[in-house]
Amino acid sequence: MGKTALKVDDVSIRFNLSREKNDSLKEYVIKFLKREIQYDEFWALRNISFELKKGERLGILGLNGAGKSTLLKIIAGVYKPSSGTVERHGKIAPLLELGAGFDPQYTGSENIFLYGSVLGLSRQFLESKYDEIVEFSELQKFIDVPLKNYSSGMKARLGFSIATVVEPDILILDEVLSVGDAKFRKKSERRVMEMFDKGVTVLFVSHSLDQVEMLCDKAMILDHGQMIAYGDTDKVARVYEKKTL
Amino acid sequence: MVRRAIAGFKKYRYLLMELVKKGITLKYRRSYLGLIWTLIEPLLTMVVLTVVFGTLLGNKETTFPVYILCGRLLYSMFSSATTGAMKAIRANGAMIKKVYVPKYLYPLSSVLFNYVIFLLSLIVLFVVALALKIRPTIYLLQGIVPMITILLLSLGVGMILGTFSVFFRDLEYLWNVALMLIMYMCAIFYYPERLLTSGYSYVLKYNPLYCIIANFRSAVFGEPMNIEYAIYAFVFSLVSIVIGFGVFYKEQDKFVLHI
Repeated sequence: MGKTALKVDDVSIRFNLSREKNDSLKEYVIKFLKREIQYDEFWALRNISFELKKGERLGILGLNGAGKSTLLKIIAGVYKPSSGTVERHGKIAPLLELGAGFDPQYTGSENIFLYGSVLGLSRQFLESKYDEIVEFSELQKFIDVPLKNYSSGMKARLGFSIATVVEPDILILDEVLSVGDAKFRKKSERRVMEMFDKGVTVLFVSHSLDQVEMLCDKAMILDHGQMIAYGDTDKVARVYEKKTL
Repeated sequence: MVRRAIAGFKKYRYLLMELVKKGITLKYRRSYLGLIWTLIEPLLTMVVLTVVFGTLLGNKETTFPVYILCGRLLYSMFSSATTGAMKAIRANGAMIKKVYVPKYLYPLSSVLFNYVIFLLSLIVLFVVALALKIRPTIYLLQGIVPMITILLLSLGVGMILGTFSVFFRDLEYLWNVALMLIMYMCAIFYYPERLLTSGYSYVLKYNPLYCIIANFRSAVFGEPMNIEYAIYAFVFSLVSIVIGFGVFYKEQDKFVLHI
């Protein structure tokens, strides 16, 4: 048995959906005085617990709004759970919405350093990997052009190239295997596969059962914030097939 | 907790540097003169203010431009740094929603980048002062005290504003008005003596920004600084930093739900 890479213990998260948005001070004060501030509570996730050993690959299945992305964001540290804890061991590479840290006025090469530092990479490291990033993204010609002139495919390619230049211990994939054109997609799949071979722990969100069966050895089904199945992929896949019929 | 904060800061110090650099490079990008604007802008405002308050209103002191410039540089550092910090969380909302980064880096970086621009614009002050025959004295060293205090004050006030403006956007407009009031309370383009000897002296004395400006001026003009002002402004700044980081840490987990 390998070492624990990720331990999610009884995690729940609640969002307050306020009926009206209290964005202005005046409204807030008036409503506060009248004791009229009301919230609709909404539990996006309830009592989720699981543990991944190093090198395990978990597929997260579920319909829209089941809480898949919320769970990934909690694991990546963007959201703080309302209760429960998340223990992470090692470096996390979140391939969630690639290029979230890009600045449109910056050029491609300036964005490599900006986005890289958002991911917690040092300048020296980025300098040493700079050529590799540019080459992988195939953007040599456009690297000094401001990002606002990039196509969305180009942005995604650059984001993918930067985010995968680290050798992470935990890789979070949110349906990013559909980046760019067919050629780049194959290339990026190959790169992710290479990481798999190195024994990275993977969390993978998808609607596609085929992809999960192909990539993952464990799977989980989320439904309205609850975990309704967890275990080996083939067992969970059968449950999922029945559910989506 | 402190050790974790330090480890986090170490890991993300490159990001802080990148953010400061981004602020500076993007501020003047696409303008022909670029960074030179940090010098021209205060120089031009100084000329305007000197013409209006010096020539037209009959202030004939030859060093008046230097007097104005001191106040104006420190005030605009304070106003742009606090405004930038106030908007920092919302401006970086897209990033905060998707990647984990210690959130205080955003307001901190906008205060720091405005401070760097302020330091650059001191060149103008230096040149104008020499041109008007103000010679540096040993008292110039005292300038370090107001210069550190202004950084702390801007950071503390910026953190407080940055936290609350996430929840109430109105604050951005309110703060604009407040800044105008603060500007008139800073004796930037008038001599403070008449106000100080009147019954309204508290308007200046209890304004930490005025205390900072006054001590900065005495350093430039070669006079000993007012120790009371220095202590008052310093303590005020420290308290604002403690409050600022306190509320920020308490509320930061909710930010992502409001942007």
